[in-house]
Amino acid sequence: MTDASPDGFPPGTDRFPPGTRVRTYRHDPPHHTRLPRYARGKRGVVVEPEGPDELADVSAQGRGDAPVEQIYAVRFEARDLWGEGDHHVVLDLWESYLEEDPDDER
Amino acid sequence: MTSGDHHTDATIARRVRRLETLLEEKGLITGERLDEAIDAFLAESSSPANGARVVARAWTDDAYRARLLADGTAAVRELGYMEGSFQRLRVVENTASRHNVVVCTLCSCYPLRLLGPSPSWYKSEAYRSRVVREPREVLREFGLELPAGTEITVWDSSAETRYLVLPHRPEGSEGLGEEELAALVTRNALIGTAAV
Repeated sequence: MTDASPDGFPPGTDRFPPGTRVRTYRHDPPHHTRLPRYARGKRGVVVEPEGPDELADVSAQGRGDAPVEQIYAVRFEARDLWGEGDHHVVLDLWESYLEEDPDDER
Repeated sequence: MTSGDHHTDATIARRVRRLETLLEEKGLITGERLDEAIDAFLAESSSPANGARVVARAWTDDAYRARLLADGTAAVRELGYMEGSFQRLRVVENTASRHNVVVCTLCSCYPLRLLGPSPSWYKSEAYRSRVVREPREVLREFGLELPAGTEITVWDSSAETRYLVLPHRPEGSEGLGEEELAALVTRNALIGTAAV
């Protein structure tokens, strides 16, 4: 984690294989982002990579330096999002929205 | 909720009109050019019949179904849909014990090329905010009562990835051909707010 992407996130390296437990960042940026508020700071599990794309947080500002990162389908338990419910919600999230969430911290 | 949220729609329509007016005033677009673009788009996509044909093929051809679930974009292109699109399509399959429903909580991303223009309720704040939180109740309001044990997954779509629900093939449809099967598939079934 020596380098940082233009938004201060770790750079994208396609580093979460399916089944990886992840946690989303708690960021609340003053610009466009694709990490919905309801899923910030939440725990989920990577379903699979969806393919790389430009980070919308940067490209939506009209900047030409958006990093291309892996997007992952991440599955959340409703209970982890809302404190109740027995369904799941799957979101497509850029790699820099995610950090690994090791089991021993659960 | 099935009739849509007219108040919200009116607000959105006003905002869109205001944006159009500003863009026209600044000389960035003309009304004629905009109409041409919308007409061209609708001529190319425009109908849930496209999505229904994809489903009917999957119901009648196991190898196609497997390809559709593995790589939705490539599989719908086999049938001539979504050519030239940069979006990914992921197809999610309903079974007797599993149900999928699609939303876009951030805006209104939707597989237009397979379903035509989206229904007004899909863009309503009520649907977008509630279905991720209480899908069972929202589906009940659409008239879809799921058994208590049914596993529900909500797919929150984005500009990069669109979702299509592959409905559970109805009992008693064994003798039907592809066209008859396609006729059974509704737009709401392809979004996941109805069964077939």
